[in-house]
Amino acid sequence: MAETKKAPASTNALVGVSRKKRPSSKKTTVHPRGEFVGIETKRTLGGIRVGDLLSILGAAVAAFALAIVLTTQVAPITGQLAFFIVWYILFVGLYALLVSIDDTKTFVVDRVISVVVTSVATLLFSVLIFVIVFVIGRGAEALPFANFYLQDMQEAGPLDPLTKGGVVHAIAGSLIQISIALAITIPLGLAAAVYLNEIPGRFSRFVRTIVEAMTALPSIVAGLFIFATAILMFGVPKSGFAASLAISVMMLPIMIRSADVVLRLVPQTLKEASIGLGASQWKTVWNVVLPTSRSGLTTSIILATARGIGETSPVLLTSGFTAALNVNPLADPMVSLPLAIFQFVKSPEPTMIARGFGTAAVLMVLVLTLFVIARWVGGMTPEKSARARTRRAAMISNVVTLFKSLSALLTPRRVVIRSKDHS
Amino acid sequence: MLDDTPRKLTIIRDGGDKIFRGVIRAGGSTVLVIMVLVGSFLAYRASQALGTVGFSFFTEQAWEPDQGKFGIAAVLVGTILIALVAICVSLPLALGTSLFITEFAPRQIRGFLVSIVDLMAAIPSVVFGLWGFFFLQQAIVPVSRWISQYFGWIPVFAVDNVDPTDPLATTTVYTSSTFIAGIVVGIMVTPIVTSIMREVFSQTPIGEREAAIGLGATRWAMIRNVVLPFGQGGIIGGTMLGLGRALGETIAVYMIISPVFVIQPHILQNGASSVAALIALRYGESTPMGLSALMAAGLALFTMTLIVNFGASMVVARSRSGAAS
Repeated sequence: MAETKKAPASTNALVGVSRKKRPSSKKTTVHPRGEFVGIETKRTLGGIRVGDLLSILGAAVAAFALAIVLTTQVAPITGQLAFFIVWYILFVGLYALLVSIDDTKTFVVDRVISVVVTSVATLLFSVLIFVIVFVIGRGAEALPFANFYLQDMQEAGPLDPLTKGGVVHAIAGSLIQISIALAITIPLGLAAAVYLNEIPGRFSRFVRTIVEAMTALPSIVAGLFIFATAILMFGVPKSGFAASLAISVMMLPIMIRSADVVLRLVPQTLKEASIGLGASQWKTVWNVVLPTSRSGLTTSIILATARGIGETSPVLLTSGFTAALNVNPLADPMVSLPLAIFQFVKSPEPTMIARGFGTAAVLMVLVLTLFVIARWVGGMTPEKSARARTRRAAMISNVVTLFKSLSALLTPRRVVIRSKDHS
Repeated sequence: MLDDTPRKLTIIRDGGDKIFRGVIRAGGSTVLVIMVLVGSFLAYRASQALGTVGFSFFTEQAWEPDQGKFGIAAVLVGTILIALVAICVSLPLALGTSLFITEFAPRQIRGFLVSIVDLMAAIPSVVFGLWGFFFLQQAIVPVSRWISQYFGWIPVFAVDNVDPTDPLATTTVYTSSTFIAGIVVGIMVTPIVTSIMREVFSQTPIGEREAAIGLGATRWAMIRNVVLPFGQGGIIGGTMLGLGRALGETIAVYMIISPVFVIQPHILQNGASSVAALIALRYGESTPMGLSALMAAGLALFTMTLIVNFGASMVVARSRSGAAS
C-alpha cells in the first residue's frame, strides 16, 4: 500500500520539476529541493519470496497425499519409482493451480517452467551421482583388502573369499595399454592438429572433415578393424599391443578434434607479432602457438585418455583375457580394468560380482583423478601459472628464510656460549 | 620511370621450416590414411558377405552366416529402437539441465555444475552397464508393467504372453528389454548432449536477452523467444550427436539385453538386439564368412552413425549460434 501511495506523488514531482527546469525530452528523477524523501535503501533484486516457497511446499504436500490415494485406491501400482512419477505429475499440476490463484497466465507458465527445469536438472544430477555412489557402495566390500590391489586372479577361484586374489593384473594392463596408446596418439594427434591450423588449404579441410566424421566411429568398430587387420591379417597375437592400437584408432579423432579447436583459439595477433619479428613458422609454433595453448592441449589429451582408459568394447575384441599378471604387451593376453569388470560380473558368484564392483570403483577413481588433473591444468591460463610460479618462488624463499632463521637461531647460541667461554 | 606495379611476393622458407612443414604434413596425411583405411577396409572385408546374400542382407532377420542366411533387419531395428528410447530420455533431461545451468542456476555454482556434467561424460560405459544391470533392471519392472497394463493397446507398449492384471505373474518378461537398455544409454549420452546445448545457450547475445527482459518478458518468455531460437541448431545438433553415440554403444547394451534375432517391436518385452552387441557377441566366430558378415554389420552401423554425425555438424554449422565455432 505504501508503495502505491508513493508512486503517483513521485511521478508528479518528476513531471513538475522537469517542466519547471527546462522543457526537454530527457526526464531524470530529481526530487524537489528541500523536501526530505527519506533515506533510499538498495532494493534486492531476485531472491526467494516467502509466498513462492509456501506454494511449492503446499503443492508438494498436497500432491503427496493425493498420490497415496491414487496409487492405493484408484489405479494401484507398486514400486517407489512409479509412486514418485505420479507424485511429481500431481505436484506440477497443483503448483500451477496455486500460482494461478494470485497471478496471470504468463506468470503461471513462467513459474511452472522454472520448477520443471529445476527438477529435471536435479533429477539428472542425482541420477548421475547415484550411479557413482551405487557402484562404489557395492564395491566397498572388496576395497578394504590390501590383496585386492596387490594380487592377480591366477590363484583365486570364483568361490574364494575376497581375502584372496585381486586386480593388479588389470591395473597394470590398463596403464600399459594406455601408455602405448598415448605414445602413438600424442605425437600423431598433435602433428595433425598443428597441420590443420598451420597449413590451411583444400587438403587440410578434407582431413578435418574426415577426422570429424571419424569421431562418430563406434568403438566396437575400431576394435573390429584392429581384430581383422592386425590380428587376423598380420598375425599379431591377441595382446596388450593390439588393444593399444584399437584404443589409439578410437582416441585419435577425439583428440585431434579438441586440440584443433584449442589451437584455433590462439590469437592471430600473437602469431603475426612473432612472424613480424622475423621468426620462422617453426619457431612461431614452438615458441608462441604451443606454449599459449599448452593448458588446452593438455586438457584435450587428458580427456581423450579418460575416454580411452574406460573403453571396453575395442579391448574385448583385441586383448584377450587372462587372470594372470602380464607386463609384456607384445605377447600373451593382457587384461585391462574395464574388461576385468565385464568378466567379473558375468559370474553368478557374489564375491566375483563384488570384485567387479570394486574394480569399477578403482577405474572410476582413476578417471576422476585424470579429470581433476585436466580441470586443474585447463584452468591454468598463462597469467595464472605465472602467478603460481611467483607464489611457489615466494614459498620456497620463505622456507629458505625459515631454515636460515632456524639455523641462525641454533648457531648464534653456540656463538654466544662460545663467546661466553672466550670471555 | 615511376614503376608502381605491385611486386610479386614469394615466401622463402629456411631448412627448419621445410622440415617442420614436412613433418606436420606427414602427420596429417598419416591420420587421414588411417581413418580412410578403417572405412575402406571394412567395406572391402564386408563385400564378400554382401556379395553372397545381396540385398537380402537388409531384409533377413536371422544371423546364421555359416548357413549363408544372415541379415541385419532385426539388429538394425533393435539398434534404432534403443537409440530412440535413449533420445526420448536424454532430450528432455539435457534440455532441462542445460537451461538450468545457463539460465536458472545461481551464478556461483554454475562453473561447478559445468564441470560435473563434463565429468559425467567421461564415466566409462561399463559403469553405466553395471548400474543398469544390477539396479535399474529391478527398479524399472513395476513401471514397465504399469505402462503395458494401461497403454498396452498401443502396439509398441504391448507385451506378449502375460496377463497384466495378474499380480503374481512372473516379472522376468519385463527384464532385459529395449526399454531398459534405452534408458541406460540415454542417461549415458545425456552429459554429452547437455554440454553441447549448454555451450550454445551460453553464447546467446547478452544484448538480446536484456532487450527481452527490458520489454517486460518473464524469464521463460525470454528463453522461449531469445535463447531457444538462437540455440535451435545446438539443440538439434547436440541431440543428433547423442543419437550417434547411442547407436554405437556396445558394452552397456550388451550387459543388459538378452539378444534375439527377430524384429522385436515391443520395447517393454524381454529380448532386444543391437548391431554393436551382435559384434561383441559373435566376433569369436572363426569362419571367414562369419567374420565378413560381422564386418558388413559393422559397416552398416558405421555408415549410420556417420550420416547422423554429418547431419549434426551440418545443422550446428548452419545455425546462427554455430557459425562462430
